[in-house]
Amino acid sequence: MTLDVPPDQKAQVCAVMTHGMQARIPHNRALGLEVIDYAASEVWMRLPYDAKLVGNPATGVLHGGAISSLMDAACGFATMIALGGPSPIATLDLRIDYLKPAIPGGDVIAHAHCFKITRHVCFVRGTAYVHDANDPIASVAATFARKARKPKKDGSP
Amino acid sequence: MTATLSPAALEGLLQRAREARDPSLLVAAIPYAQFLGLEIELEGDGVRGRLRYDESLIGDATIPALHGGTIAALLESTAILDVLWREEDEIVLPRTITFTIDYLRSGRPVDTLCRASIVRQGKRVVVVSVSAFQEADESRPIATAVVHLLVARDTSDAD
Repeated sequence: MTLDVPPDQKAQVCAVMTHGMQARIPHNRALGLEVIDYAASEVWMRLPYDAKLVGNPATGVLHGGAISSLMDAACGFATMIALGGPSPIATLDLRIDYLKPAIPGGDVIAHAHCFKITRHVCFVRGTAYVHDANDPIASVAATFARKARKPKKDGSP
Repeated sequence: MTATLSPAALEGLLQRAREARDPSLLVAAIPYAQFLGLEIELEGDGVRGRLRYDESLIGDATIPALHGGTIAALLESTAILDVLWREEDEIVLPRTITFTIDYLRSGRPVDTLCRASIVRQGKRVVVVSVSAFQEADESRPIATAVVHLLVARDTSDAD
């Protein structure tokens, strides 16, 4: 899949990415995660607000677990974009700083950027926000291990 | 959404759960815990978390392995509920400040258990270490995490 498309076709590419991701990753489908934008080694992913994901019924604020899943998914997706497509990776570690509670009723957007790739490890950082990218609710740092692909029998890459 | 959880309601709920020695009453009030299949059991003076396996928790269908986010949710929730269960004077719903998880092994498609241990209990901040394991094999955790929780009653610094 080429990512270098005219701006008017980007929405279609995002729809294809969302479809593929939800087909491969059942929990991302259960959460309703969507790819809404991307760049060379970055992704923007949306967690639609849903009452079933609420952690505190008094406030309607989403549970931190749903934010963790969104962040893990977005960081992994940014890594795959940086690696040039679906790749076998495993999360090594993930740190989330909660800066403020999510705004009840609002979708949460995660922005993740895979800023460094080495032979064995990929480094990612990102933020989550509701309405304003400059006023994030959480920040994240994660590392992923690149897992070796099993060689194909015919020797092709 | 009809349920409410004001400070007074939280205190009442915790009191009922303690009297019944049944911390699962606490997660019954949390919609996300129901969505995830998160269960909380009494263990010693604290609680133990259980993530009931379901296909919707899978993050990598080819292995298959649990989604890292679901393991994170189990660890964070167990830390919060263990601290809440042990609170004595003031009852405050702990709020996560930082959450740092190390993934050690892939989560197999079975139930996952989680145990918390309080590293430092402060007046405002509690540091909790949590560990997730499967099939009762605590010597081979699939993930460990450190959680910093805010337990200050004052919510004026909420944002």
